[in-house]
Amino acid sequence: MRSLSKTFTSQAGVTEALADVTLSIAAGELVSIIGPSGCGKSTLLRIIGDLAEPSAGEVSVRGKPPRQARLDREYGIVFQTPVLYDWRTVIENVRLPMELAGRPRAECLTRPATLLRLVGLDGFHDHYPWQLSGGMQQRVAIARALALAPSILLMDEPFGALDEMTRERLNAELLEVRRETAATVLFVTHSIAEAVFLSTRVVVMTPRPGRITRIVDVDLPEPRGEGTRALPRFFELVTAVRDALQKAGA
Amino acid sequence: MRGLGEYLPAAVVFVLGIAAWEAAVFVFSIEFYLLPAPHVIVASLAETWPVLIEAGLYTFTEAAAGYALGCGGGIVAAMAASRSPAFAGLILPYAIASASVPIIALAPLAIVWFGIAQGSKIAIVTLMTFFPTFIGTLRGLLSVSPDALHLMRSCAATEWQVFAKLRWPHSLPYVFTALRACTTLAMIGAVVSEFFGGPVKSLGVYIKSTASLFQTRQAWSAILVACALGLVFYFAVTIVERLAEPWRAGRDAA
Repeated sequence: MRSLSKTFTSQAGVTEALADVTLSIAAGELVSIIGPSGCGKSTLLRIIGDLAEPSAGEVSVRGKPPRQARLDREYGIVFQTPVLYDWRTVIENVRLPMELAGRPRAECLTRPATLLRLVGLDGFHDHYPWQLSGGMQQRVAIARALALAPSILLMDEPFGALDEMTRERLNAELLEVRRETAATVLFVTHSIAEAVFLSTRVVVMTPRPGRITRIVDVDLPEPRGEGTRALPRFFELVTAVRDALQKAGA
Repeated sequence: MRGLGEYLPAAVVFVLGIAAWEAAVFVFSIEFYLLPAPHVIVASLAETWPVLIEAGLYTFTEAAAGYALGCGGGIVAAMAASRSPAFAGLILPYAIASASVPIIALAPLAIVWFGIAQGSKIAIVTLMTFFPTFIGTLRGLLSVSPDALHLMRSCAATEWQVFAKLRWPHSLPYVFTALRACTTLAMIGAVVSEFFGGPVKSLGVYIKSTASLFQTRQAWSAILVACALGLVFYFAVTIVERLAEPWRAGRDAA
């Protein structure tokens, strides 16, 4: 078991986005970060993914600085919007990271198809993004993020723009994806139920400047599924997260 | 692909327009040297078409050569400028301002610099098509969304990969919008430059000399040839655009 540790203090310019955030995440965990809008949770994710620079403090990903981890292609990223390339078909979008990494041709042909099956888009290989619904587009984005079998999956409110029904279905699918891949997942969300349902731990942050106010361990029985949301323990944990958010002044 | 039926309303408007023109000339008994009726123009065209085809090809060669140089140069310059967004930001206002410069006014000077033959016309068309293509391409190359770039970055893409797999395909719709507009500019540039002087076997000189002799029907038939060439040019570029952007097929209809 590799252990990841992330420790940094950061302030961006005049407005402090994040203040003294210290967190360490073990390999294979799914950690949700929840907090009010503008608490810097997306910024936190982007600093870990080396898409933004911390103004102070440091991050270590599998013993490496984020820049090195990025160049080693350790990350898969899913954004709030699907960010699919219009000019590529579904399967070509999934293949993109493999092309960029110069993976062997045979692998470029087989792996995207396997990933699309995993996210339930078997019959849509040659569709263009505009022909798919929002939920389907986000599934393509998830498949693309998994293309290089990343050790860390960074998800920035990936289901925030979807309706409640689609979101719950994709939550269940994400658990399935997680069983198939060993990736550590860092998941930014503003939905309490989603955070509790998916995570091993929920990190609650305060409004700007973002600090970690509480970390809730989620001890729901595995495997989780449709029944999980009906468990009394689920409600207790949801209440615990909500209380922590309220105390944080959200 | 669209059905022929979709073009029916446009065809009806065309026929009605021609009929109205014909009727107006007849009803108001307009002299033919002022405005010839369509059937007179067609008759004149049937007589003079060998001369007009030759003149048309001469002028079209100028338009096409200038278009290739101007648009090609505009695309290459935009690619170079996009490598440094700060530099691009610096010159873009000037490029946009240049759109308000009536480049055609340089046509007499172009004759001094590049001679009375095709060179001066090609130079004017090159100048006229360069800036719109440069601006359109640069806008396309720089309007990539931040997250699309983040995605590339997270995959440790090289500068070249970002260009080839993201910026360039993303900018194609912008490039082709400019390329389509430039077909019209190229024809205007070529014909109007010829008004300032050129060989007799060119559309501009033909239109100018027949009009000044009140040979209006001949002038009109030459204008008709210029229109036809412009349309062919435009639709040729549209077809290339469709082939270059297969992902957009059916999208606009959806």
